[in-house]
Amino acid sequence: MNNTLGMIDGVATHLVDDDWVLVDDEQERATGGKAILSLERWKKRVLVEGEETDSCGVLLGPDDELEEVFPWIDRIPLIALQFPSFRDGRAYSQANLLRTRYKFKGDLRAVGDVLRDQLALMRHCGFSSFVVREDKSVADALKGLEGFDLIYAGSAANPEPLFRRRGPGS
Amino acid sequence: MYHYDSYDRALVQARVEQFRDQVSRRLSGALSEEEFLPLRLQNGVYLQRHAYMLRVAIPYGTLASDQLRTLARIADEYDRGYGHFTTRQNIQFNWVELEQVPDILQVLANSDMHAIQTSGNCVRNITTEAFAGVAGDELIDPRPLAEIMRQWSTVNPEFLFLPRKFKIAISSSDSDRAAVRSHDIGLYLYRGESGEMLLKVMVGGGLGRTPILNETVREGLPWQHLLTYVEAVLRVYNRYGRRDNKYKARIKILVKALGVETFAKEVEREWEQIRDGVAELTNEEYDRVARGFAPPAYERIDALDPEYGAWLARDAAFAVWAQNNTQAHKVPGYASVVLSTKPGAAAPPGDVTGEQMRTVADLADKYGFGEIRVAHEQNLVLPDIRKRDLYLLWKALQANNLATPNVGLLSDVISCPGGDYCSLASTRSLPVARAIQQRFDDLDFLHDLGGLSLNISGCVNACGHHHIGNIGILGVDKKGEEFFQITIGGSQGKESAIGKVLGRAFRAEEVPEAIDRLLSVYLNYRELEERFVDTVRRIGLEPFKEGVYRQNDNLNDGQKGDQQSQQNPVKAEVSA
Repeated sequence: MNNTLGMIDGVATHLVDDDWVLVDDEQERATGGKAILSLERWKKRVLVEGEETDSCGVLLGPDDELEEVFPWIDRIPLIALQFPSFRDGRAYSQANLLRTRYKFKGDLRAVGDVLRDQLALMRHCGFSSFVVREDKSVADALKGLEGFDLIYAGSAANPEPLFRRRGPGS
Repeated sequence: MYHYDSYDRALVQARVEQFRDQVSRRLSGALSEEEFLPLRLQNGVYLQRHAYMLRVAIPYGTLASDQLRTLARIADEYDRGYGHFTTRQNIQFNWVELEQVPDILQVLANSDMHAIQTSGNCVRNITTEAFAGVAGDELIDPRPLAEIMRQWSTVNPEFLFLPRKFKIAISSSDSDRAAVRSHDIGLYLYRGESGEMLLKVMVGGGLGRTPILNETVREGLPWQHLLTYVEAVLRVYNRYGRRDNKYKARIKILVKALGVETFAKEVEREWEQIRDGVAELTNEEYDRVARGFAPPAYERIDALDPEYGAWLARDAAFAVWAQNNTQAHKVPGYASVVLSTKPGAAAPPGDVTGEQMRTVADLADKYGFGEIRVAHEQNLVLPDIRKRDLYLLWKALQANNLATPNVGLLSDVISCPGGDYCSLASTRSLPVARAIQQRFDDLDFLHDLGGLSLNISGCVNACGHHHIGNIGILGVDKKGEEFFQITIGGSQGKESAIGKVLGRAFRAEEVPEAIDRLLSVYLNYRELEERFVDTVRRIGLEPFKEGVYRQNDNLNDGQKGDQQSQQNPVKAEVSA
């Protein structure tokens, strides 16, 4: 059973059938399923070997510059951003930029130290799926995407800041 | 002052519920301490030496009288009857139970208050000066923009896990009383040639281990771009600030590493991408927030009140207090009053009892417009008092030990709570503060000395801002023994400077004598009414070194070696 949560029609859901697999560079190609690859490997597979892009996603580390994926941004179905620790906030900025500046339309996935209490923040920054750390309960984590979620600033998910949405005299 | 609307209230209320759930998951073990740590920090909860501490946000240091009563209630019901006001214009409760924190947050939320982001690696409480909106030398009221930043930074999802804490201050007066230059972002608000509001943006200041004053990154920024510009700075920092070493993680290190010009270019490049977006501020939003800070209904009264003048002539003690503890007001006939929380050895700097808080709240209602400010110097301020009421107010303050006429003087010590409370501290700063206040309790002498700031930090984290005290004292632990290093020449405001280390450190009991000698040198060299810090600037460090570290003298032994100093314990009171 996987630990992946995602948004379906705006509703947070456990993606039971999720079949994306992280494949690191040393690993042989996984048989079947969908593979999340380093950008180098993705380029080799898709651009050189001509594989269908549908089954190849890209994994970016927190240090990676986003300009590098930009030329293929419309051909990548999924980008996974890493949280080496849940206290490392670089991926929030990366996610926000991928959505707002690079107009990434595919699935933006949080991987690594992904925990319940940060999920709503991640969603604001543009993440659309979340691979919750494997020792944690996915049913419990789901609660992190439910309930009150109002903030003042605009975000990738709600670009208009609250001050532009407040009614007169509110 | 700004009043919460339904959105503000809903957010704070939801936050209480969220943290209540997080605390219960921590207590049940579902959350590990490691996972819980940043959650509790972002709700103001520290684990100190003996207990949990809760730091409550007082945005830009402004309180309504009922909010102060709420703080008094928390002090009495959940703590030991007092609270500690901090240099970031907040208040800390030192003895709370983790289990009770959600209830305390609920009490706060009911009074439109919170503890959000008073700690953690995120944007902290936005500060400004205590006399904002009333100071005689103010250019523009900085509070509306401070409140706009408070809202923008609250639960801003992109910037809650920065490399390190992030402090923003805004000021708009001739003498900057918000210490903006020692902030991660310091903002100076002023008017351009055609009267438009502009901002000077300074980035990369901070005290701590590596004290640095911030540098100008942008001048003449139209106010509408405040949020986008701050966002650009934070995004560059969030992406490129160091995360490998806690002590090199503040933005000041990034600015130094890149050089301020390269850093500024990065920020500008980022800002160009977002500057004209939906986050650009509107006049409507500014006006909406500014309405909350509209001036109260001041009476039209003469600048000079005959009765006030008579009391000044009749009661010398009152005259000294009025001269020293009041501040010029922009409205004729009014003054702002500073309530000293430093009565001397009797109470640690910044500590105020629940009873005192209630009294201050009542006085704010009776003589003011029900508003109280917290000053960066850990004192309280009643911003709008008619001069004719000063005498009665003074009497009432005296009865509550809040009228010590020492604001801005040597005994108005700024100090962190130190090792008596804080688990980060390597030394106990409060006993040193007390010893200094005890030694220098002659008010006539203090007034003769004139304006002199003395700041004490119990460790290199510099919460007592010792680097920018005219006299700074830093506690350092050497092989289990407490020593105190003295710096002189630091200052805040327009002439901000980092103090210079005098020489070898002293033992706690030697510090008052060392200060005494510093003052002797000062008085010997002082020209006319010259302030201590100006004398230091004029004559340099050497005469002070010579005066303090004399040959063949007790104070000289303290540091020759731990072994030796243990064999020759130094007597504290050389000349009382």
